[in-house]
Amino acid sequence: MTDRNDFISRERFMAELYRYKKGSVTRRHFLGVTGLGAATAVLGAAMPGLRSAAWAQGAIGDRVALATWPNYHDPANFEAFTAATGAAVEVNVFGSNEEMLAKLQAGGSGWDVFVPTNYTITTYVGEDLIEPLDLAKIPNYDPAAFNQRFAGPGTVDGKVYAVSKNWGTTGFAVNTSNLGDKPKPTTWKEFWDLTMTDFSGRTMVHDYQLTTIGNALKYFGYSFNSIDPKELADAEKLLLDAKPHLFAISSDYQPSMRSGDAWMTICWTGDGKQMNRDMPEIEYVLGKEGGELWSDFYAIPKGAPHMDAAYALINFLLDPAVNAKEALFHGYPTADSRVDALMPPEVLADPILYPAKELLDALEFGAAVTLTDPNRAELMARFKSA
Amino acid sequence: MTPRLRTGLLLAPAALWLLAMLVLPLVVVLVFSFGERAAAGGYSAAFTLENFANLGTRWAAFKNTLMLAPVGTFLCLLIAYPLAYYLAVKADRKWRTLLLILVIVPFWTSILIRSYAWIYLLGGQGIPRLFDSLGLGNPRLINTPFAVLTGIVYGYLPLMVFPIFVSLERLDKRLLEASADLGSPPWRSFLQVTLPLSMPGVATGCMLVFILLMGEFLIPAMLGGGKVFFVGNALVDLFLQSRNWPFGAAVAVALVVIMLVTVTGYMRATRKWSGGRDDVSLM
Repeated sequence: MTDRNDFISRERFMAELYRYKKGSVTRRHFLGVTGLGAATAVLGAAMPGLRSAAWAQGAIGDRVALATWPNYHDPANFEAFTAATGAAVEVNVFGSNEEMLAKLQAGGSGWDVFVPTNYTITTYVGEDLIEPLDLAKIPNYDPAAFNQRFAGPGTVDGKVYAVSKNWGTTGFAVNTSNLGDKPKPTTWKEFWDLTMTDFSGRTMVHDYQLTTIGNALKYFGYSFNSIDPKELADAEKLLLDAKPHLFAISSDYQPSMRSGDAWMTICWTGDGKQMNRDMPEIEYVLGKEGGELWSDFYAIPKGAPHMDAAYALINFLLDPAVNAKEALFHGYPTADSRVDALMPPEVLADPILYPAKELLDALEFGAAVTLTDPNRAELMARFKSA
Repeated sequence: MTPRLRTGLLLAPAALWLLAMLVLPLVVVLVFSFGERAAAGGYSAAFTLENFANLGTRWAAFKNTLMLAPVGTFLCLLIAYPLAYYLAVKADRKWRTLLLILVIVPFWTSILIRSYAWIYLLGGQGIPRLFDSLGLGNPRLINTPFAVLTGIVYGYLPLMVFPIFVSLERLDKRLLEASADLGSPPWRSFLQVTLPLSMPGVATGCMLVFILLMGEFLIPAMLGGGKVFFVGNALVDLFLQSRNWPFGAAVAVALVVIMLVTVTGYMRATRKWSGGRDDVSLM
């Protein structure tokens, strides 16, 4: 049922869960069960109570399926979209680009819109899994308004395949109240060392090869994107040494951080912002050695069953007013200057969203090769099954 | 129409179904297991034994599965037997239906939701906090093998209760009376009459739970925090994250072989225990 989101009955049905998850939008526990897509879709379909009461037939159909990331949308915007168009938004939540790629490679994902990260788009184009976009159907996308550093990777060989959603960084979040009189860690070296000492049993890492391997590589000062066998071997040794000290391997870390079970986690900008907003003792840190700078996109997979609804949803979400609401809710900056103009000044000055230049300069965009490199994929799988 | 032809026609749908849904997929898995991972992930045709040579890298997953599946089955049995006995023999007829429904009720909700509830119960704000406030220490429960076993017993208990209940309910009470008339105290009647006669139910329940547990991945993923890894989790990872279908196929083949060996051995053993009767089967 995680797989299907229907915002009318969801609130009733999931009320108990939401009590624990203030500020959360998504079926985050889905991330704990990587690959459940098909099974849960069946479960969801088998529960009539989850279907929309307003099973209305609009001009664009009655539904649109979105594959996205945890805590990445304001549900109120989806409700507004459904109210305006009659199409209910079904949300699938993923914890890694690999999972999204695997679903699309297997075929029959049923998605209309998905949210790939910058470094994956050339692979999707090469594998013929992504639809070139007809920008005439997305009038709210104004290329001139977007920072090309973040929007640029959506264009491959002169064709636009993806339009910019948000950008952000991958750092770590630490609950400073558990540090005692120790100084706050500021580097990836300290992150891993603390994990294996004072924070033993309290740290989470992503269920995502790019960030977990990448930030293990940073321990040694290697590139976040390395595919060098010797450097990967060092990272693997560190990961295996750290594994007994981890609380969990999951890209869904907010519930455990908020409940106090976990004290530190690899973390994306918006999750860091959301947790810090509610619990100021949870601070967001960018490792001094560097790490990941990324940008996400809206794209349409080949063979999307509701193409019109897909364009309608993307266009709706890129409306600067809607996009500003999204950004205020989830805490990820956009690359759209029209959205920035609508943001309160304190948000534009927020160091979690807009880190200091020297921290930002040390970051790297993910490299396409990491998505398909068999050694990185197998290293992650070995680490998890160790 | 000859009887032979009629039988053949009646069996044809089931045979076709098995061919299309079981035999052919297994052949595909077997073929894939000798292939190579394609450049961007997936399958590319080849003939190599490398995937099988690499099975050792998933030893921990096999070990976890082969330890926790039998232990989970045994714990289910320990808890389910007295419950089934009570329901079938002791419970007032008036209440029995209601009590049986209570055993089924949890099935009305997705196991995903129920496992999610356990995340909070076993997490730091749940049972450990209760223990702490009672001065009993603050044990770590979530993301441990204990949490996974708890989820397993909770999730699979009804599958064990029902077969045992059915076999106990069918028990001819006159046998117990005869046993008592011949001077057996109740405990001996239980050991010599009730228990042996309920063995078919026990064997069926154990088989159901064990087979499903060997392929389990949801409970370990949710309550093990990605740290208590079953073969099922390794498979999900290989197909849906690292996209190494050939190696995933090899792991699947290994799992099928292990299942065939253990289940065959188990059926032989239970047949022996139950005195060579053939009624020990999947109901």
